[in-house]
Amino acid sequence: MSARMQGYNFAYLDEQTKRMIRRALLKAVAIPGHQVPFGSREMPLPYGWGTGGIQVTASVLGANDVLKVIDQGADDTTNAVSIRRFFARTAGVATTTHTDAATVIQTRHRIPEKQLREDQIIVYQVPQPEPLFRLEPSRAETRRMHGLSDYGLMHVKLYEDIARFGQVSISYDYPVMVNHRYLMSPSPIPSFDNPKMHMMPALQLFGAGREKRIYAIPPYTDVRSLDFDDHPFRATRAPHACGLCGATDSYLDEVVTDDRGGRLFVCSDTDHCTERRETGCVGAEGVPEAAE
Amino acid sequence: MTQPILQTEGLSKSFTLHLQGGVRIPVLADVDLTLLPGECVALSGPSGAGKSTLMRSLYGNYRAGSGRILVRHDGAMVDIASADPRTIIAVRDRTLGYVSQFLRVVPRVPALDVVAEVLVGRGVAVARARDAAHDLLLRLNIPPRLHAVPPATFSGGEQQRVNLARGFIGAHPVLLLDEPTASLDGANSAVVIEMIRQAKARGVAIVGIFHDAEVRDQVADRLFPVMPLQDAA
Amino acid sequence: MNDESLLSARGLSLHFGAIPALVDVDVDLWPGEVLAIVGESGSGKTTLLNVLSGRMAADAGVVWYRDPAGRLVDVHAMPAPALRTLHRSDWGFVHQNPRDNLRMAVSAGGNVGERLMAQGARHYANIRAEAMRWLEEVEIDADRIDDLPRTFSGGMLQRLQIARTLVTHPRLVFMDEPTGGLDVSVQARLLDLIRSLVARFSIAVVLVTHDIAVARLLAQRIVVMQRGRVVETGLTDQVLDDPQHPYTQLLVSSVLQA
Repeated sequence: MSARMQGYNFAYLDEQTKRMIRRALLKAVAIPGHQVPFGSREMPLPYGWGTGGIQVTASVLGANDVLKVIDQGADDTTNAVSIRRFFARTAGVATTTHTDAATVIQTRHRIPEKQLREDQIIVYQVPQPEPLFRLEPSRAETRRMHGLSDYGLMHVKLYEDIARFGQVSISYDYPVMVNHRYLMSPSPIPSFDNPKMHMMPALQLFGAGREKRIYAIPPYTDVRSLDFDDHPFRATRAPHACGLCGATDSYLDEVVTDDRGGRLFVCSDTDHCTERRETGCVGAEGVPEAAE
Repeated sequence: MTQPILQTEGLSKSFTLHLQGGVRIPVLADVDLTLLPGECVALSGPSGAGKSTLMRSLYGNYRAGSGRILVRHDGAMVDIASADPRTIIAVRDRTLGYVSQFLRVVPRVPALDVVAEVLVGRGVAVARARDAAHDLLLRLNIPPRLHAVPPATFSGGEQQRVNLARGFIGAHPVLLLDEPTASLDGANSAVVIEMIRQAKARGVAIVGIFHDAEVRDQVADRLFPVMPLQDAA
Repeated sequence: MNDESLLSARGLSLHFGAIPALVDVDVDLWPGEVLAIVGESGSGKTTLLNVLSGRMAADAGVVWYRDPAGRLVDVHAMPAPALRTLHRSDWGFVHQNPRDNLRMAVSAGGNVGERLMAQGARHYANIRAEAMRWLEEVEIDADRIDDLPRTFSGGMLQRLQIARTLVTHPRLVFMDEPTGGLDVSVQARLLDLIRSLVARFSIAVVLVTHDIAVARLLAQRIVVMQRGRVVETGLTDQVLDDPQHPYTQLLVSSVLQA
């Protein structure tokens, strides 16, 4: 595709750093859900913009890979466009917006609607890798809790939600148990996406740049959202159909369309929505594809 | 021949007051007391002679200096003077009852439960234990309206009667009574005398200190003299 | 009478620099028994409590605990996870300041339910019902179940801590001055509550207190400590009514008679 920039190593990071990150990744894959510390590097973008995800992507990217980057499900937001262009220039890899065509997908806050495959890797950008950090301020203590699989406190949080609101009020970054062993933050994806992590054929990698942690879920791993027997986990979505493609099973974004209270619910996964419209699906507010 | 149920052999007791320069006060020396089932022995002697000290030593409340205090407990003789605390607790629970001069209880516990807990501690159902406590308190003229009240606010006589109910409800084979009628009027003393007689008839052995000679003569089979010792230099 | 002790310590010694906190201390505790450890501040009684419960290591000595399966375990040789599990199931710890144990940002029900959830309870309604039962057990209105502890009085906080501790039916509870810092009337109520709960559920208790009256009301046996040493031990009423050691005599004679 685009020509590689000169003067930088392949995919920006030097080989030593990539090797260090790959070692952390191997360890993370070996212990699903466990947070592995790594020597996070300064990247040419600020923390919170995906520094962890970028380093993981840079470490797993090969010359023949096809990269897709999404931000809240969209391929066309500033952040997604910048990161995609970054790797196009520093690694010279092909990029795509099609979930199907990608071999590596870096994401912020979503999992694509389309089921991922064994030959794909999904890289999550993670702001806060510690699922217990709001409940237990001491890092030493949370490490001990992970070590002993002592997660009663997380259930106390769920208990409090149900006692106060009648249901668990966590709508994103909903904690999961990985492989029946480690409590893990799925990154701030909507809880709607949680079930997609369970037994996913693709390798899932998580990078937290500022917090200097990497963790992973190998393909076909058991991932359960925490719940109570009598208050089972339920993935929720806005009770609407996508205004553009009419989908009733995808995660929706609410878009305010004017200053008179007008609003539109559309698929958050832009590629999914586009693909559906190309096959002729039309929502209430949509325009048939052929008329465009 | 009937076997003694309580027997002391060469029992001696002295107090060492470390805060008063270690002065040693001997109170009991070579006391040999034998008590048979169904018998009531009254300790006699001037006040300060050591009657209460002997009584408290028998109960294990004071630590015997030398000698033995044998009590038949669960069919075997146990030496209170050398038994470990848990054995003494077991002996007190089932064999050796004690009615002290003053009631000492947890604040806030109603009179009924103060009495009933002796049985509850042995595993008797709470309702049954309370029924028994209720009957006993009534017999001792503690009216039902007081049963639910903690005894801390009771008069001296009422507290004494709650204390007696607590002592008698356990039906221990050996009872130690320290001035059981000291603060009771004639009518209530008569009730206590009757209770003591009934206990004796059941075979309960009693050691008592009776300030009131009239009461003593009505219940005691014999006197056991306790005399003051010469202070050791 | 069960002759197998629940907890036994032999030869415990611990120095903080030149200060002896524990000197060759032996302790035994039997199931269902309340043992009081008394002594003035700095006598080593809280240190002893911490060493007995495995929260602090000693320089020398051993602490044996008989687990529910009847096996003797060396408390200080236990792997950390096993000790932690013990502390939140078969054992309990009641602190003088309930805020040290309670989660102040979590409702009363959540505080009581935490130990159940830590043990794997995953049925919300059952956890809540059990929490409610225990609130009533410690005389807290069941409709306070969703209130935060910071709206509770000092006595209620202490009772909440006790409910939180007893919800898993521990066989052994360590208590560090449980009635310290409370008003006298509140203290009496709490003492009565502790006494009846301990008796009803036959819980063994190691109770640290500087208050001899508390020891007399709650404990069958007593250990008197001075400068890290056990100077006298025995039946509570015998030790308090006929103290043998000079220090015990001083301690007993220093108490104001009410």
